[in-house]
Amino acid sequence: MSLLEVGRLTVEFPAGDGALVAVDDVSFSVAAGEVVGIVGESGSGKSVTALSLLGLVDEPGRVRADRLAFAGRDLQTMAERERRRLLGGEIGMIFQDPMTSLNPSFTVAFQLMEAIALHEGGSRRERRARALQLLKDVEIADAERRLDVFPHQLSGGMSQRVMVAMAIACNPRLLIADEPTTALDVTVQAQMLALLLRLQRERSMALVLITHDLGVVAEVAQRVLVMYAGQIVESAASAELFAAPRHPYTEALLASLPERNAGNRRLASLPGVVPGAYDRPRGCLLSPRCPYVRERCRASRPPLFDVGTSLARCYYPLGAEPRP
Amino acid sequence: MTTVTPAGERGATASPWVVETVALQKHYHVAGGAWRARATVRALEDVSIAVAPARTLAVVGESGCGKSTLARQIAMLETPTAGRVVIAGIDATAADAATRRALRKDVQMVFQNPFASLNPRKKIGQALEEPLAINTDLSRAERAERGRAMLARVGLATEHYRRYPHMFSGGQRQRVAIARALMLEPRLVIADEPVSALDVSIQAQVLNLLMDLQESTGVAYVFISHNLAVVERIADEVVVMYLGRVMERAPKAALFAAPRHPYTRALLASTPRVDAARGEAALARAARSALAGELPSPLAPPSGCVFRTRCPYAIARCAEVVPPLEPAGAAHAAACIRQAEIG
Amino acid sequence: MLGLVVLGLLVFCALFADVIAPYSPSEQFRDAALRPPSLAPVGGHVFILGTDPVGRDILSRLIHGTRLSLVIGIVAVGLSLTGGVVLGLVAGFWRGRVAEYVVMRLMDVMLALPSLLLAVAVVAVLGPGLANAMYAIAIVMLPHFVRLTRGAVLGELAKEYVQASRLAGAGTARLMFDTVLPNCAAPLIVQATLGFSSAILDAAALGFLGLGAQPPTPEWGSMLASALEFIQSAWWVVTLPGLAILVTVLAFNLTGDGLRDALDPRLKR
Repeated sequence: MSLLEVGRLTVEFPAGDGALVAVDDVSFSVAAGEVVGIVGESGSGKSVTALSLLGLVDEPGRVRADRLAFAGRDLQTMAERERRRLLGGEIGMIFQDPMTSLNPSFTVAFQLMEAIALHEGGSRRERRARALQLLKDVEIADAERRLDVFPHQLSGGMSQRVMVAMAIACNPRLLIADEPTTALDVTVQAQMLALLLRLQRERSMALVLITHDLGVVAEVAQRVLVMYAGQIVESAASAELFAAPRHPYTEALLASLPERNAGNRRLASLPGVVPGAYDRPRGCLLSPRCPYVRERCRASRPPLFDVGTSLARCYYPLGAEPRP
Repeated sequence: MTTVTPAGERGATASPWVVETVALQKHYHVAGGAWRARATVRALEDVSIAVAPARTLAVVGESGCGKSTLARQIAMLETPTAGRVVIAGIDATAADAATRRALRKDVQMVFQNPFASLNPRKKIGQALEEPLAINTDLSRAERAERGRAMLARVGLATEHYRRYPHMFSGGQRQRVAIARALMLEPRLVIADEPVSALDVSIQAQVLNLLMDLQESTGVAYVFISHNLAVVERIADEVVVMYLGRVMERAPKAALFAAPRHPYTRALLASTPRVDAARGEAALARAARSALAGELPSPLAPPSGCVFRTRCPYAIARCAEVVPPLEPAGAAHAAACIRQAEIG
Repeated sequence: MLGLVVLGLLVFCALFADVIAPYSPSEQFRDAALRPPSLAPVGGHVFILGTDPVGRDILSRLIHGTRLSLVIGIVAVGLSLTGGVVLGLVAGFWRGRVAEYVVMRLMDVMLALPSLLLAVAVVAVLGPGLANAMYAIAIVMLPHFVRLTRGAVLGELAKEYVQASRLAGAGTARLMFDTVLPNCAAPLIVQATLGFSSAILDAAALGFLGLGAQPPTPEWGSMLASALEFIQSAWWVVTLPGLAILVTVLAFNLTGDGLRDALDPRLKR
């Protein structure tokens, strides 16, 4: 049984006289201890997916799913209190911008101890000792002193580590990291990724890493989901995805990376932009920009097809037979 | 007020460089508060760079290295504490206001945040025409004509001319910003992280645009970025900065093939690559880059070599001496007293 | 929308007061003093809203009073806004220098005094009368506009489009008025409409103290103030001017929000 099961998740935001479909019929699962990367650009719906898993999508957004289950427990029918216990307890989340994710008015110790108190309890001394241990676990130097500082006194990398500490405080089984390295410098990024991987290994946590940075995903994830305009367009094992992508969008994304354009003066790039709320094509969402587009693509939306061991949302997956 | 002379047709300058900085220093004084003395942020120390015509100089570094401060000095938005900025052979730091105003035409800038760099209350046509309105005496019709032409040149439809910035995506706004920077036909455009806030596929489009424009107009770029993959594409020469000082400078190929400074090596090792090995690689990479400790505060930079507190090769002498930029090859220099030994 | 309609009505009243008011505002009908509102004629005249203690038709006085109230609002706010914006821009652009220090400390002093006291002090210096009352009110409102403008200016100065304009060669004047000021408009508009309201109320207070409009000027505030003793016996003398003030203030406030939204390009599709 998978740790996390998502079946046909759809999230809509009313806009004007229609609705903006931020997440469109997304299904995936995460096994215990697995590292899954969700990759996409802005407008792909990756962050909204994460937020909706945890019930953090506010009104007027509407979340619908056939199945939304954690460790076999249905998240949709769960009582509010139980869901709150889950969040921060068995499911941890790290957000992108460490500067705004920590409360600037309270010390690090206070925030860590609050997280521990909510989920584990214990005396003040016990919680403080736990907090200290957590800071050491996330490799913060001079942890004793750092317990009593305020977030603005920390650098970006440090703040991010504190956030990780808060997220793992209660030994979650699943850690969702939304763009954990984007706001960090390159050298700090490397350290953060190594930290996440180490923690994942030591605590047998499942890790869902959401990012737009393909390099990060390539190094860390076992399985990768590629999202475009709210849909999953490809799902594959990491090595396969980067060596032989099946979906034209994945291919284009890889092709536009500077490192894959060695020797060319210009970078390969897809023309056009991601469809917004008002210009979603009738057929495949990539059809206005796809270099391989055919009539059929414009007429109807392809479902996710099996292509070898991957899934691709394309009638003409790359390197395989056209789908019926 | 004069009409604009295209960069290529302007007279030969006294210098082979479009822009040069000589031992540039910039300090900011920060109020310490009621109980502490005023502190000095040493944002730039002894920075000397040079940009050749129609070439791209990339300035690479992480936060706090001073690259944005450097941009502001070159663009004459601030005056340096010491040192000189020489634009087209003229010393901008010592020049009078009129000369500086004239030099404005030669140096323009594209900013990082496409959502804050366009005036939300002005239509983009107005934003494009503003530099012309201030610096030239072209008629309204002529200004509009040039504006539309430039808009088309950066790949946007001219029907967008009368729209407001919020109607455009990040990538489109950045194109408008580039168009605006080119309106006065400058010799140099400083691009301060122009693609960092954009999606990967849009980055490619905008970078292509920048490269095309360089070819067609002969403009030089100072390209500031923390993303080494992008720098490897677009740069001709590279300068690596750390905590306000230049650590290494070299032609692109030499820098990426044979970096001499430990910091450059760490940067290169830390950059995530799609084509690296999986999983273990992340751990191994962190071990290789092995930068211990945190970035020191620019209020109290380490003595001697500013990088020594995190350098895996630091020795006692590194604390005593500020390493000068020593040659390491053709047009290649690194500020490390041990560069020969590290090899 | 509603605010605009009511405002339009008020402007109409102000412009055509001489035509639509049934009687002159200062004409006294001695034998019809303190009549309640009624449609029944009294001695050949109909006083729809009743008469005041000296027999003047309240409806006519209210209509003529519209003109005064609007003028008070416009002049006081206009002066205050102009002065406030200029000082605020100066304080924002020359941050950390003497100019800012002087301006802001002066504003701090003005804010430290209760506004009514300050207005009274100004009028005491200039002499009573409606015009001087307006100047006093403008002075009293000044610090609010200055602080607001300065705050908005500081926020905008941090943004890159200002640097972009500087790079284009914009001088300080252009930066101030052409680049930054339009982006500070939103809070200023709201404050200005609130200012209308408080200007009218302040004028009423000054009138109450005998320092504003002098009799027989039909200014609503003075009408209200001079008839307080009748609040039990002849409620219409007090309540109706008060109602007029209420409606006007409400209309200005509603319009202000709408105006701010109408001027925001980000809300245009």
